[in-house]
Amino acid sequence: MTVADAQAPLLRISGLTKRFGGFTALDNISVDIRPGERFGLIGPNGSGKTTLINCISGAFRTESKTIVFRDEDITRLAPHLRTRRGIARSFQIPRPFRSMTVAENLMVALDFAAANEAHVTSAQRRDTMMSILTRMGLASKAHVSATRLSQVELRKMELARAMATHPKLLISDEAMAGLSSSEVDEVLDLLMSLADQNITIIMIEHIMQAVMRFSDRVMCLDAGKIIAIGAPNEVMANQRVQEAYLGT
Amino acid sequence: MIGVLLGCFYAAVSLGLSLSFGLLDVPHVAHPAFLVMAAYGVSYLNEQFGIDPLLAGLLITPLLFVFGLAAYRIYYETFERRGSDAGVRGIAFFFGIAFIIEVLLILQFGVDQRSVTASYIGQALRIGEMRIPYRLVVAFAVAVGLTILLTLYLSRTFMGRAIRAVAQDQEALRLMGANPVRIKQWAFGIATAVLGVSGALLVIVAPVDPTLDRSYIGRTFCVVVMAGLGSMSGTLIAAIILGVAENIVLTLFGASWAPAISFAMLLGILAIRPQGLFGRRS
Amino acid sequence: MKRSLYFWAGAILFLLATLVMTQVIGNEYPFFAAYVILQFIVLAVAWSILGGYAGYVNFGTSAFFGIGVYTAVFLVKVAGAPLGVQILAAAAVGAFLGFALGLLTLRMQGIFFSIATIALTIIIETTVTNWRFVGGAAGIQLQRPPVTPPFHSYVQMLFFVQALLVVLAIAVSRYIQNSWIGHGLQALRDDELAAECTGVPTLRLKLLACVISGALMCAAGAPAAMYLQYADPSSAFNLNYSVTVLAMSLIGGTAYWAGPVVGAILLGTTQQLLTVTISSEVNVLVLGVMLVVFVVGAPEGIIGLIRKFTNRGEGKG
Repeated sequence: MTVADAQAPLLRISGLTKRFGGFTALDNISVDIRPGERFGLIGPNGSGKTTLINCISGAFRTESKTIVFRDEDITRLAPHLRTRRGIARSFQIPRPFRSMTVAENLMVALDFAAANEAHVTSAQRRDTMMSILTRMGLASKAHVSATRLSQVELRKMELARAMATHPKLLISDEAMAGLSSSEVDEVLDLLMSLADQNITIIMIEHIMQAVMRFSDRVMCLDAGKIIAIGAPNEVMANQRVQEAYLGT
Repeated sequence: MIGVLLGCFYAAVSLGLSLSFGLLDVPHVAHPAFLVMAAYGVSYLNEQFGIDPLLAGLLITPLLFVFGLAAYRIYYETFERRGSDAGVRGIAFFFGIAFIIEVLLILQFGVDQRSVTASYIGQALRIGEMRIPYRLVVAFAVAVGLTILLTLYLSRTFMGRAIRAVAQDQEALRLMGANPVRIKQWAFGIATAVLGVSGALLVIVAPVDPTLDRSYIGRTFCVVVMAGLGSMSGTLIAAIILGVAENIVLTLFGASWAPAISFAMLLGILAIRPQGLFGRRS
Repeated sequence: MKRSLYFWAGAILFLLATLVMTQVIGNEYPFFAAYVILQFIVLAVAWSILGGYAGYVNFGTSAFFGIGVYTAVFLVKVAGAPLGVQILAAAAVGAFLGFALGLLTLRMQGIFFSIATIALTIIIETTVTNWRFVGGAAGIQLQRPPVTPPFHSYVQMLFFVQALLVVLAIAVSRYIQNSWIGHGLQALRDDELAAECTGVPTLRLKLLACVISGALMCAAGAPAAMYLQYADPSSAFNLNYSVTVLAMSLIGGTAYWAGPVVGAILLGTTQQLLTVTISSEVNVLVLGVMLVVFVVGAPEGIIGLIRKFTNRGEGKG
């Protein structure tokens, strides 16, 4: 069930090419992400998935007009400004603020990124923070130092912190990697419930059954190029996709 | 030109740093202090036993090698192991070491300058109108020799290649069964050992005093960063550029601006092209 | 907040105590020594705003301190300006310099940033050394104006002024630590990229820290000109200041405002005692040794150790 095609895309990537020295990490990528869409991004290691995320979030610079978010060319914006515009991302290897507790980690997001909403008192922000933690199943760990969390708790906190920036678009970078199957289900349910709140989600994953269950559309990258894009079953059945994965 | 010879001298004293900071990423601000310490060692041997400075430098080289091995071990155990803000505290650590060495030298040898005597010091080569002090010629020869030696070592020998490999990708090396820590330790040992001869050059070219290391922090780091981390021949070229630049400024504006030149160039490179002229990082 | 009340009560008591001391103690020498310690407290606290909170270990203290000294020198030579004006002007110059230097260096990461700050310090020192008007390399002598009541001696007055600066610096540092600025700096210290992606305007905050830090350090330097009645570039810009202040913050603990205070008092007092009893070279040795010991053994500093023992967890003061 997809959103009406007549709506303007939330994120439009046009002709995005990213080179590092002689190496082309992304080659002429163009894709539209629709509002409320559940978008899966797959591809073998080194295919450019994380590079694409880094370009969208602003960690890497790109040429102008290659990334348009809600009709605004964001290519000149620093990452923190993109976050304030509504793009949030989690990191493949979690990057918590180690000297802080879980609650403090989220408060950074609420104090800085969500600060757009004026007239919100700090007490209200704390409430928001606690409700996010509760939804993520981390409420009991609120005052625990980030250094004492387990892997799956760290992943959940990554997502929670990204959520706390009140995003319109959330990019989850392999949040499920290395987790047990019950943990994978936990994270998947979280992402599903976020999607239900009308947040557009781009999910990068290697765990195919999760991608299949979650996505409206799937895009497969290989060596920096898009080799398939469409409904999950179609993409999975695509021969080039299978070759790309088996060949790795 | 004098500048070129001076540059070669700078190269000789910076080559060790090219290994330790350039390849191994150790923020070794104590390198000039080690250099001055070596110079004092050479001067002591020269004074007490009349040994030719260069020879003395060679004599203390094995001592310095062992010292370098030990120093790296301490650095590694304390910083690299623990990760996080290692680099930044590492620099504080080395400043501490540099200061300790400085004061120990003062306490042992006093604050006055020291120099050495040898047959080639004090005399000069006459080429047409120019008068080139022999000691700079010696510096030139040694510097070029050292550069060639180190370049060959890094590219031809097994250990040398291992060192370059560990600078690029530690994990791959570990997977191949080599111990990256041992290799880095060895490299640091070599970097320190080189200071034996460099230290000799230092005291040959000009008298030394315990606080001389401060003037050389700028020069050595400027050379190494400008060269691009890890390139030996690049170090030689970058050093020559610095030598020439210093000489030009010296002639045009006078000695009082000299200290700033290396730092200004360093700043320039950091701002414009941090990977240096011949860097290994892209 | 109760804690604020305690803090300000303590600050006022401190100031009163210093004022009383100037009236009661006749011998000038203690004030000479205490002045230096107070000066280092200001410098260390100021340094820690950028170096500790943001984690950008810089060696610029010597540059800012020296500029503070020479701003005062310049104003005295040109206009015979009073001490208050010297300090305010120095703070303004420091703020501006902090901004400019920050813009230049804060985009660099880690070691390169630190090295760049060393470079800038030496360049600034060399420039001032070549400026004849303020004495050049030889230095310049200064005349103290008559002392204003209720102080009997100029040194005592400088001592009290420095005490005021201490309170100012600590108050600013404490405010920053507990405010959104401090939280943002803490986030960017922990992980700059993650902070940026969480909405923290890292460059802006770093610049702010640099400006405030620079202003305070310059302000601390201004009275030094009158304290010594003499200024010369190689002592005003001596790299020892940078390393000493760094050591003080590391020893005390860089994450809390109280850290540099503790470190400055500890190391400063030790250095003053040693200079008198043994020699000034030993100072540098002690500096080196303490730096190595604390960097190796107690990376969180004394405050960090105390917190570990009392297991206060994550509370802030």
